[in-house]
Amino acid sequence: MTSSVAPLSGRVTLKQGGGGRAMRNLIEKLFIRDFAAMPFEGVGLAAMDDGAAIPIGDGRYLVVTTDSHVIHPIFFPGGDIGRISISGTVNDLAMMGATRPLGITCGVILEEGFDIEKLEAIQRSLVATCLEAGTVVITGDTKVMGRGEIDGIVINTTGVGITRRVVRDNGLRAGDRIIVTGTIGDHGLAVMSARHDLALEGDLVSDVAPINELIEAALEAAGDAITAMKDPTRGGVASALHEMASKSDVGILLSEHSIPLTDAARAAGEILGIDPLHVANEGKALIGVRADAADKLLAALRAHPRGRDAAIIGTCTTERLGSIILDTGFGRRLLAEPEGEPLPRIC
Amino acid sequence: MAGESLKFRDPELAKALAAALARHVEEIGRPVSVMHVCGSHEQAIAKFGLRSMFPKLLTVIMGPGCPVCVTDVPEVDEGVVLAEQGVHIATYGDMLKVPGTVKSLADAQATGGKIHIVYSPAQAVELARSLPGEEVVFFATGFETTAVATAAVIVDDPPKNFSVLSAHKYIPPVMEIVAEMPESRVEGFLAAGHAATITGWAVFEPFIERHKLPVVVAGFEPLDILAGLVELVELVKNGTPKVVNMFPRCVTREGNRAAQAQLWRVFRPVGGRWRGIAHVPNGNLRLRDEYAHLDARRRFTIDVKKLWDYAPTHLANQCICGDIMAGIKNPYDCKLFNKECVPETPVGACMVSNEGTCKIWHLYGGVPDLSEVSA
Repeated sequence: MTSSVAPLSGRVTLKQGGGGRAMRNLIEKLFIRDFAAMPFEGVGLAAMDDGAAIPIGDGRYLVVTTDSHVIHPIFFPGGDIGRISISGTVNDLAMMGATRPLGITCGVILEEGFDIEKLEAIQRSLVATCLEAGTVVITGDTKVMGRGEIDGIVINTTGVGITRRVVRDNGLRAGDRIIVTGTIGDHGLAVMSARHDLALEGDLVSDVAPINELIEAALEAAGDAITAMKDPTRGGVASALHEMASKSDVGILLSEHSIPLTDAARAAGEILGIDPLHVANEGKALIGVRADAADKLLAALRAHPRGRDAAIIGTCTTERLGSIILDTGFGRRLLAEPEGEPLPRIC
Repeated sequence: MAGESLKFRDPELAKALAAALARHVEEIGRPVSVMHVCGSHEQAIAKFGLRSMFPKLLTVIMGPGCPVCVTDVPEVDEGVVLAEQGVHIATYGDMLKVPGTVKSLADAQATGGKIHIVYSPAQAVELARSLPGEEVVFFATGFETTAVATAAVIVDDPPKNFSVLSAHKYIPPVMEIVAEMPESRVEGFLAAGHAATITGWAVFEPFIERHKLPVVVAGFEPLDILAGLVELVELVKNGTPKVVNMFPRCVTREGNRAAQAQLWRVFRPVGGRWRGIAHVPNGNLRLRDEYAHLDARRRFTIDVKKLWDYAPTHLANQCICGDIMAGIKNPYDCKLFNKECVPETPVGACMVSNEGTCKIWHLYGGVPDLSEVSA
């Protein structure tokens, strides 16, 4: 695969926040270069993983992750910015192996004029999601900016947790199976439909949820047989698998028919011309697992309410390194990595 | 899950059609090139991995069938200039990344332009109603299929702050252009079922008369496309230049006459450039004088020249998308490919769309053979 990307110049564009190559290019060329060269023991910025892992002795690691949340609309079918702010950070910790978040920080930046009732609803959602994830907000910060200086509300959360085994996103080996913990594309399609007022809502509901408990069950069931984990958020399954494949130096053969998809997401994807593989999930994980432990892991996932639709969707190969080959049942194609935010299309 | 049992997505039937396709090509006994002229066909071919089912001697060329990709540079410039004048621009999502001379609409949005993504012309009208006192321009793209939808809102008394910047295109004339390219190897056309639903399949009869090339109208499910190709290659084999309608569940000989009447009541065909292709006589659809009051080109002064002061180079002149779309050249023949022209900063149409030949070659280094990769 060619990795040539345009040099940075001009102004920042929206696609540099879309979770695809343009964003990685920005991060690599601008943010990481200097910090990656500075000494750090552990999994740091250079790894571009879901978070950082700091060795704290006794074979244990402190996992830290941070995420700023902006979303339009703030309330969408299945969730809101509060739920996503807690879930996103809890899930990033879980992807590194830290399934019991010790605590979360919460920084809120508000636009002058923001409706207090909405803020109260967001606060209720933050609390409820923390209870669900078994964690708590332990410190925070609040700023208000002038009208028009920020769009509504931005929430930053940082989470910390401890693990004995850091699970990376680069540990896949040939022969490993790829498991997804449930249906894909629900969040991205639900939000897109609400955002563009496409009147497609119907059964489209975001999957936003903390899945640390599910991941804990997975790690208990399969332990060291789990070789990699990543949550397919922005850029969707396609982007996450590309990242996992290229960091692990394997190819991945995906079977399209085994990828779980709700009828609503399938229909919305067809109507909008958007591949559910390309849109965000906020309550799912991709898990690489040794072939002989795959069935056991699948059973453990399916036994959990958040993993009922889990499925084995692919196998790692030694061919086409860094690429994802999609078997459609008709033939095969290479799955492209999304560039920027997917947009409803006409052709 | 649902969907797998869909009638037109049966992989077993697809294999039987692929075998029939292989037989016809084998009987012809030499390389055969046919062209489709529809982004939706390429989308389905790519999405379902159908290319890997085609016989090696058969080349299915992606023709100039993506209306977004062939929207020409000056047309994008017009949208950008209007956005910079503070006008609200409503357009389809895939228009945002299409490059103009110096900016795309996405760039205009990044610098404060009010760009709204809509999914239908009616939504653009609703937007105008919700913004009284602000000007809303619907930047309309698409072929005759979507032009009908634009025509429908134009005749339906839209609000005064609504107007249309038409970049609509008309497909039949560009088929003539491709057929007349001296080096063209195209031996038959797969025509788009949705456009033919409007125009009727008889619209291709004069074309066949002139060029003696077969045309098959096909739908968009995997089996529609495969069945269409089987029919088309058989016509090539038998040397029978005629139109065959393989999408009879939607397409008739006459088409949708009410829609045609509406289309030609609102639009008139004029000559104009298609990005990367050529000047296409009668290839652009513009608003008739009767609707001048809704024509953004006549409502606003759109000075695109002021953009050109910043124009970097005339890269577009070196772009060979036209030849690539005609199947005469491949991306490696282009000086810009993978240098100045990459997906983040595309120069030509073929690098803009996910289905564009150059985009696919950029990502995957050509047309890969994946049949041997083992799990």
